[in-house]
Amino acid sequence: MLYTNLKHLMTAADHKKLISENENVMVCCGRMGPMCIPVYGIMEDIQDEYPHVVFADMEFDNPEAHVIRNAPETKIFMGIPFTMYYKNGKLVKATSSIQSKGQVTSILDREFEISDVLV
Amino acid sequence: MNTNNHYGAIVIGAGPAGLSAGIYLSRARVRTLILSESTVGGQMILTHEIANYPGVENISGYQLSGIMKNQAKKFGCEIKANISIEALNLNNDLKEVILSNGNRFTADAIILSPGGRSRTLGVPGEDILKGKGISYCATCDGDFFTNKEIMVVGGGNSALEEAVSLTRYASKATIVHQFDHFQAFEYAVEEAEQNPKISFMMESTISGFFGDEKLEGVEITDLKDGSKQNHAIDGVFIFIGYVPNTEFLQGKVELNKWKEIIVDPNMQTNVKGVFAAGDSIVKKYRQVTTAVADGTIAALAASRYIHELHKAKTLLPV
Repeated sequence: MLYTNLKHLMTAADHKKLISENENVMVCCGRMGPMCIPVYGIMEDIQDEYPHVVFADMEFDNPEAHVIRNAPETKIFMGIPFTMYYKNGKLVKATSSIQSKGQVTSILDREFEISDVLV
Repeated sequence: MNTNNHYGAIVIGAGPAGLSAGIYLSRARVRTLILSESTVGGQMILTHEIANYPGVENISGYQLSGIMKNQAKKFGCEIKANISIEALNLNNDLKEVILSNGNRFTADAIILSPGGRSRTLGVPGEDILKGKGISYCATCDGDFFTNKEIMVVGGGNSALEEAVSLTRYASKATIVHQFDHFQAFEYAVEEAEQNPKISFMMESTISGFFGDEKLEGVEITDLKDGSKQNHAIDGVFIFIGYVPNTEFLQGKVELNKWKEIIVDPNMQTNVKGVFAAGDSIVKKYRQVTTAVADGTIAALAASRYIHELHKAKTLLPV
């Protein structure tokens, strides 16, 4: 298990349940290494700013992570973490390797924009 | 002055130097805010195992940074990570930090501990193909290159040792280095030279990366005659050292030619009330222990400076 303060996905079923039950989901699939830890840190730090997004991680070497490792969109990826962004259960963006806070938030702002709500 | 946003000290950077400064200042009852443009822990969190930190037999850098962070918070230190600094005003007695979100903080003293980061080549294609054939971490990404041909850029210990370790996966590794000799220790050079999977491309540099969806090749410039040649390659690992994160300090405190912050033995910079600590200052040895020591000295000197500043203000004739 990854020792982060994020929600941990342990099984492919957990993954399926999370993305089907939540509109906006970001999952970082990696190890406790130098390319992955900064991304987990960013996710932990921005959780409060993005209450409409569910943030989770999944261990890359967990056999159950095949749902991410074998996704067609990650076929060309050659660097961990694989970071996946799901909207209504569908993958809308995936990135490979370390990302900056600016790169992460620009994807979140673009893909998970809060629509105007009538009050 | 908004007292809610005023601190005795603001520490910029949350690696071991910044966190140590935060612990000492907060414990000395100096209201302290740590601002970090990256994740708390700095380079320390990237270390898989720390076995030479006195008093702790074995711990990961991630765990050690978590302990330091909690220790600082326990003493009342406030920490804001992954922020972006828009402006920094250091010249007056009242120091000011403005964040990109518009938040403004003031302090009597500032401690700069922004640390460093891995150097990149900064050539066309590098940013786009990162994670798609270009990597900066052998242990993270080595297995993606099983039975593939790779290049390793650099001539220090990291480059040569990682090249050897990558031959467990790669079918062939070419070390590309800008000089005609290596800076690595002799044992690391010998081990690389004796490895049948490793070849060398000296006095050369990668001047471009190309590939549509993933890395397909590189442009190599021969530094002796300036000629350029394209080479097909599956992967490139880059290990060319670290650079201090001091771009935002240019023109604000004195830096040396390597952009490291110049300090005196009390970690005081050339600007009154501004101190610096950790990997971004001029020094020879960069370890968690030396960063902790720098942070401690900077905090003690800053505490003394704040005390003297307040004393002088109360003695001013009305």
